[in-house]
Amino acid sequence: MRKIRVLIAKPGLDGHDRGAKVIAQALRDAGMEVIYTGIRQTPEQIAKAAVEEDVDVVGLSCLSGAHNELFPRVVECLKEMGGGDIPVIGGGIIPHEDRAYLKEKGIKAIFGPGSLTADVVKVIQELVWKEG
Amino acid sequence: MEKEEKKVVLDSGIEVKTVYGPQDFLGFDYKEKLGEPGQYPYTRGIQPNMYRGKLWTMRQYAGFGTARETNARFRYLLEQGQMGLSVAFDLPTQIGYDSDHELARGEVGKVGVAVDSLLDMEELFAGIPLDKVSTSMTINAPAAVLLAMYIAVAKKQGIDPQNLSGTIQNDILKEYVARGTYIFPPEPSMRIITDIFAFCKKEVPKWNTISISGYHIREAGSTAVQELAFTLANGIAYVEAAIKAGLTVDEFAPRLSFFFNAHLNFFEEIAKFRAARRIWAKIMKERFGAQNPKSLLLRFHTQTAGCTLTAQQPKVNLLRVAFQALMAVLGGTQSLHTNSYDEALCLPTDESALLALRTQQVIAYEIGVTDTVDPLGGSYYLESLTDALEEKVWEYLQKIDDMGGAVESVKNGFMRREIEKSSYEYQRAIEKGEKTVIGVNRFVIEEEPPRDLLRVNPEIEKVQREKLQKLRANRDNERVEKTLERIREVAQSKDNLIYPILEAVEAYATLGEICGALREVFGEYHQD
Repeated sequence: MRKIRVLIAKPGLDGHDRGAKVIAQALRDAGMEVIYTGIRQTPEQIAKAAVEEDVDVVGLSCLSGAHNELFPRVVECLKEMGGGDIPVIGGGIIPHEDRAYLKEKGIKAIFGPGSLTADVVKVIQELVWKEG
Repeated sequence: MEKEEKKVVLDSGIEVKTVYGPQDFLGFDYKEKLGEPGQYPYTRGIQPNMYRGKLWTMRQYAGFGTARETNARFRYLLEQGQMGLSVAFDLPTQIGYDSDHELARGEVGKVGVAVDSLLDMEELFAGIPLDKVSTSMTINAPAAVLLAMYIAVAKKQGIDPQNLSGTIQNDILKEYVARGTYIFPPEPSMRIITDIFAFCKKEVPKWNTISISGYHIREAGSTAVQELAFTLANGIAYVEAAIKAGLTVDEFAPRLSFFFNAHLNFFEEIAKFRAARRIWAKIMKERFGAQNPKSLLLRFHTQTAGCTLTAQQPKVNLLRVAFQALMAVLGGTQSLHTNSYDEALCLPTDESALLALRTQQVIAYEIGVTDTVDPLGGSYYLESLTDALEEKVWEYLQKIDDMGGAVESVKNGFMRREIEKSSYEYQRAIEKGEKTVIGVNRFVIEEEPPRDLLRVNPEIEKVQREKLQKLRANRDNERVEKTLERIREVAQSKDNLIYPILEAVEAYATLGEICGALREVFGEYHQD
């Protein structure tokens, strides 16, 4: 079976990448291939990388409060670039009351502070194996 | 018979013994290891009487939305007994973009206040006499521009810059390592910093020109030892850069300050602060030959560890913060920010910010820990731990020296890799249950989602954009263009950049325009 490929990205200007890097390492330890884009990526750049790298899942991380603006734009950009079938998940400082909105905009799962990496692994596996 | 006990190893790799006693004090030289408070090597504090003479500055970090909203929060906190201001800027401001820049979308006013021009800075400090407060600004890559704006506001208030006191963070090396709000490559960034040292020595002599910051290194996941080692290594790099730029060490060293994190292990953190003072005093005396006793003092601000706060059972964060604040005070801090309990969820509300300030006031006025200086000094455990931490920090400093210094170790990724390794180990320890986080991996309860969180009005991006359009239409654009041209010229020379930046600021050139002019000359840094 092909390894699950995941793009981990940080949209916006926020430079706090501890969470993104911890998740990237945990996914690798769980046997996935992970591409990390680094900080300060635009939604366009993230979507382009996801399509070019033919990933199964995109994981976004944002702590600056710009998630309502940036996460849905990644989903839109993916659709425009022919990657509309790639599921997007997100994490960071995301108030509970924003979660319904983000789900409505196509974000499949949200992980706040204190989330366990094992849960992220599980959700990604379910997303890929269910859709695939 | 006693039960078999668990081995205890701190995150720093130091193994803790069951009990400490006189056997751990053999050969302990009081004068060499501790000395009196206010005397070399300053382990017990930088002042002979510490908090009996003057309490630490209660300085709560605040800022969100527009300058007007943040001004209201500042006045509220000052009325409640806060002693100094501490400004949080939004990310576009920290990276030198105006609020109408494409990359600013969604970020305007979110993690701090949006400042595009002197106009915003005037509103931010409206009604606050700048000769009566000290202001700390968390600004790094564009620190020169924000400092110039602050000076310009003071001048408008009729205040001589010689009477201004405060701090700009201005620590670019940790941005490449841990926080990510850099603009230019390391070399021109270091030049801007030494230009600020030279400018302030002459024009704003009471200003702390840099706050060499371990806080963010720790938040990025380092251990206590790494926090100290990397911060002090960065400090050495700034001192070397300033000396290379022609300053003598005693000219600028008294205005260096530091910024540390108060994390979770009570004694390890207190020992860290005490070790930091001792190591820095030795570095300044023995390595740089500083003569002025003030050059040897490690003065520091502390913030409680944001990364230890949980979104689960958020009120438990009040307790974490109170203990961490106590560590900072027992460690001899000069200034303190206590986090608000809701920060793993959103920005603090007025109510949570007030509770955070009250936490400091309880420690200062009610529980007696300020009655005497360094009350834990001489504790077998604490002194052993201080020594053990110091030893491990010197090992790292040697390693960084061997690779050519902090700038080199930033460029080759050494510090980042070390921090990533520690942060991953920390997370694994939580997930394996070796480390307890209440509400996360133990004592978990079902919870209602929290309500009444602070939300930044999404309209403010539009407000800032319109304000910028109006500014550009109403100012003397010819004058602005001239000042920007002057910045480009000086950037290419060896002259001090801060003077032309101040001229541009006073002509109402925007932050984005000034940083743009510097970008043209210096280029931008990109992480691989």
